Amino acid sequence: MKKKILDSAALYTIISILIGFLVGAILLLCIGISPAKAYAKLISGVFSKPKFIVYSIVYAAPLIFTGLSVAFSFRTGIFNIGAEGQYVVGSLAAVVVGILVPIPGPLHAIVCILAAALAGAAWGAIVGVLKVKKGINEVLSYIMFNWIAFYLSNYVVNIKAIHTDQGAEASKNILDSASIKMPKAIVQLTGCGDVHWGIVMAVVAAVLIWFLMSKTTLGYELRAVGFSKTASEYAGISVNRIFLLSMSISGLLAGLGGAVQTLGMAGRVSQFASQEQYGFQGITVALVGATHPIGCIFSGLFYGAMKYGGNKLTVVNVPTEVVNIIMGTIIIFISISHVFKAILQKALLKNGGNQ
Amino acid sequence: MLLSNLGLLINAMLVSTPPLLLAGLGSCFSERSGVINIGIEGMMTIGAFVGAVVAYYTHNGWIGFFAGGLAGAVLGLLHSGVCISLHADQTIAGTAINFIGPGLAVFLCSAIFDGSTDTPALDPTWKLPKLFAGLFPAGSFGYNVFASYVVAYISFVLVIVCWFIFFKTRFGMRLRAAGEHPEACETLGINVYKVRYICVITSGFLSGLAGAFVTLATVSQFRPSVIVGQGFIAIAAVIFGKFTPQGTFLGCVIFGFCNGVRSLIGSSNIISPNLLSMIPYFVTILTLIFFVGAGHVPAANGKIFVRNK
Repeated sequence: MKKKILDSAALYTIISILIGFLVGAILLLCIGISPAKAYAKLISGVFSKPKFIVYSIVYAAPLIFTGLSVAFSFRTGIFNIGAEGQYVVGSLAAVVVGILVPIPGPLHAIVCILAAALAGAAWGAIVGVLKVKKGINEVLSYIMFNWIAFYLSNYVVNIKAIHTDQGAEASKNILDSASIKMPKAIVQLTGCGDVHWGIVMAVVAAVLIWFLMSKTTLGYELRAVGFSKTASEYAGISVNRIFLLSMSISGLLAGLGGAVQTLGMAGRVSQFASQEQYGFQGITVALVGATHPIGCIFSGLFYGAMKYGGNKLTVVNVPTEVVNIIMGTIIIFISISHVFKAILQKALLKNGGNQ
Repeated sequence: MLLSNLGLLINAMLVSTPPLLLAGLGSCFSERSGVINIGIEGMMTIGAFVGAVVAYYTHNGWIGFFAGGLAGAVLGLLHSGVCISLHADQTIAGTAINFIGPGLAVFLCSAIFDGSTDTPALDPTWKLPKLFAGLFPAGSFGYNVFASYVVAYISFVLVIVCWFIFFKTRFGMRLRAAGEHPEACETLGINVYKVRYICVITSGFLSGLAGAFVTLATVSQFRPSVIVGQGFIAIAAVIFGKFTPQGTFLGCVIFGFCNGVRSLIGSSNIISPNLLSMIPYFVTILTLIFFVGAGHVPAANGKIFVRNK
């Protein structure tokens, strides 16, 4: 029993999170801010009203998607640093279809979501083709396609048919039929004006990805390639096909993240001044979630809460960036969790004698 | 007219290439020794911030510049300690650096400057100096080409220096060997850990300098968005250049050149600036497809190496 707990990734994630907050507290002390005050605000900013909790969950939806995207790619031996770009083309596709293609009712939202999924998958697949056919390092092409997506989005936002006439640097709002906001009753019940179906979609996606990875032959092949490319080749798995597939699915998931954020929350795409960061935050979500699809749900919720609560820190004059430092520290300690594991096992299992 | 446009183009290149080049050369050290450093972006950001703050208080661009380098080196030390001694996954640790660097920079900035995420603007005399500044009339071809920042020329010289270190010195041979086959190095008595520590800290230092160049030459203040993306572009240039200093130089110059073209045509408003901005990224991909082809990644890159006791 003791050994099982010591082997679980969750234990070390929790330890890392605690250390992250500790480091954050030390830094706050250094600049003369009471950590108790800051963390109290962070916690009350998330939990003191049901509305806040719902908002935190709403914030989590796109993060779970980009987290899933990165986690999925990690498991197949690819580092999807391009989730950012896939997220952007996903949100762009959803909004363009949401503005330009009038389809009645819920069907419209579904078409928008499909468009986003397709755009994200295509964005990932291009990088996959470059890797498989031309041997081009995917990290490089992902970075390139992040920026191409960035400028593409800014270009499209400024096209006449898309750009808003309300005087903002943004697209028009999507038609109501494309929205995935939850019905009015739920909005009134939760008090959160932005509550949408994204979180439900994210949880379903996580469960589907978990099923695909652990219960199907394809999932077995995907994981095999992640473990050892050469061994998989030897076993007769077409590694190139798996790479292409995994990079497309990974892109699809990030694209869906863009869809839920724009169709549910923003309702439009704004002109970017800097990168949206959802893709990069997805890397964190994947790591904190131990690159497990179900883990990503929890880590996405955690990150969503940190983001939402972190926004309120400015009210008590605490720099919001402490959240980023905490997140960075958490990742550092997760990356060396094997060191803790060795220390803990040595200390605890020895004390227990020869059980 | 043509000559003055050419001058402006070269001038734009001389401003936008050095930060990429410094960071890229740093990345070469780290990657060649077998440690992936995806945290260049974070190291550049902390360098940009520390450079601006130190220059603001000391009124001296050079002190700020080196302080920025040192700040980057501290993050390099963190990255190397975690990756080399504690055997962390290098990609994960680098991701953490990308949170910690910018996070710490903006956090400290708002602590020092009363909640503002930007530093005050630097007086032009506190910035890095320009070479031959007084020799040419402003706006002339000579002014645009030769009166550029001293550091820009230094960064070009550094390419040759790095090439020499990598391929003509004993240390260079060791660092390349550490990135290809660390086990063999150890049996030959090379201290792989030490070589890698030196390389990763060097990469942090050069990235910090790169960041400081942005705030002390191009932008003249720190803002959270000053670096955004340049660290990743530097990494891309290194992969493009097949992990050699001279290849990295070529990659950085392509980006610098395209940036120059963009700023020239962009002001004339013929083509959408957003479409123009995509050019460097397309050019990089197309060059790889048609001219450069697949590159060799250092064999031990990203693999955790545990020394036999």
